[in-house]
Amino acid sequence: MIRVVLPGHLRTLAHVSSEVQLEIVGPVTQRSVLDALEAQYPMLRGTIRDHVTHERRPFLRFFACEEDYSLEPPDTPLPEAVASGAEPLLIIGAIAGG
Amino acid sequence: MSKVRVLVGTRKGAFILTSDGKRDKWEISGPHFAGWEMYHLKGSTVDPNRIYASQCSGWFGQIIQRSDDGGKTWIQPGTPPGEQKGPGGMPKGESNKFVYNVSAETGKPLTTHMWYDGTQHPWEFKRVWHLEPSPTDPDTVYAGIEDAGLFRSTDGGQNWKELSGLRGHDSGAGWQPGAGGMCLHTVILDPKDPNRIYIAISAAGAFRTDDGGTTWKPINKGLYSQYIPNPTAEVGHCVHHVAMNPSRPGVLFMQKHWDVMRSDNSGDSWTEVSGNLPTDFGFVIDVHAHEPETIYVVPIKSDGEHFPLDGKLRVYRSKTGGNEWEELAKGLPERDCYVNVLRDAMAVDSLDKCGVYFGTTGGQVYASADAGDNWSPIAKHLPAVLSVEVQTLP
Repeated sequence: MIRVVLPGHLRTLAHVSSEVQLEIVGPVTQRSVLDALEAQYPMLRGTIRDHVTHERRPFLRFFACEEDYSLEPPDTPLPEAVASGAEPLLIIGAIAGG
Repeated sequence: MSKVRVLVGTRKGAFILTSDGKRDKWEISGPHFAGWEMYHLKGSTVDPNRIYASQCSGWFGQIIQRSDDGGKTWIQPGTPPGEQKGPGGMPKGESNKFVYNVSAETGKPLTTHMWYDGTQHPWEFKRVWHLEPSPTDPDTVYAGIEDAGLFRSTDGGQNWKELSGLRGHDSGAGWQPGAGGMCLHTVILDPKDPNRIYIAISAAGAFRTDDGGTTWKPINKGLYSQYIPNPTAEVGHCVHHVAMNPSRPGVLFMQKHWDVMRSDNSGDSWTEVSGNLPTDFGFVIDVHAHEPETIYVVPIKSDGEHFPLDGKLRVYRSKTGGNEWEELAKGLPERDCYVNVLRDAMAVDSLDKCGVYFGTTGGQVYASADAGDNWSPIAKHLPAVLSVEVQTLP
């Protein structure tokens, strides 16, 4: 079971109150996690990555185990701690005032 | 008794204000989609309970929301689990998918436009500025977007397809953004001719199609913009807003960057009607529901100072279709008012007397139940108002 923590606005959009849990078959990568996330919560399509290019939206970053994985290729395996569910994948929005 | 529903889009959510036909007591619901930029909400005239809303965010992009019960509940068309499935059983989630058509078959593969510095820049979808429901079919709705393009959905906002003939116009590669981005902000559907659509783009100008959106022509003859290299160019004018009274679809009124204009021939040519306005810079313009020669603007000091003259918020009304303007001040701030009124933030109801409404970047929504003679705030402390639309309900 993969755990993903969403930014507040996306939790509202997906009607979830805390982290979400996803079942993933095969390698646990950014792409497979986002594919599973969007399948389970289709209202999130286009909000984290572009509909067509699948590029990460510029104000969002992916963290896990206190490391930044945002610039890693989408098919690079995420840490074993994420794959095992011990640690969540954090999707974090840029901080903004106002 | 009739009712009025005012749909207010703000920087931090949407609000719905309702009143009976007297329009003296208002209830406010919201914020809907709290924290999100709500660029525009508009209801269908065919089914007033059908409301479309543009929800967007610099972080998370564009969402289209739809209500089928007058704004009480909302859905993202096509995206609730189970409602729409793709070939593999996967939900498709298309309602927020705006993809430019660059196919050779149905549109020119136009991929760049002019950037601020004169170089070519890729077209990049940013947000939906304006949603215009069809006057005949509640499931058909048009979206004016940034970077400028026109999209249409015929399934209630679920799937969107670009009317790419507009962006593929020969002048497209020369369109340039205004300071607020290259937005297609005005969509007017001719109520008497389903094949005729007017749109306006900052800062390309106004365009018209007479064949349902396949081909387009610029309709900017008569505009004079001294801030562009060729002041009478066919395209390149910063049109801020265009308004029409549905009873007279061939007559258009325009608030340009500077200058208030009118056209009596469906945009083929324009004449200036700024007349005695204290400043003819501004963003909004609208037409009285029953008197097609009565129009409203909110003069703004200048392109560099986006607030009213002398700190006095004023609406100006012309009952002669322009040139002769009267100041409307009763109930509006007399001093220290430095708000702006953005281009989609004025609307009228169709009661008798006609109600006029506008919202400010200071979060006030002002209303007049007597065609502008007297004003009062019906909301005072909202986030900055981006858009105001009105529904007159039975």
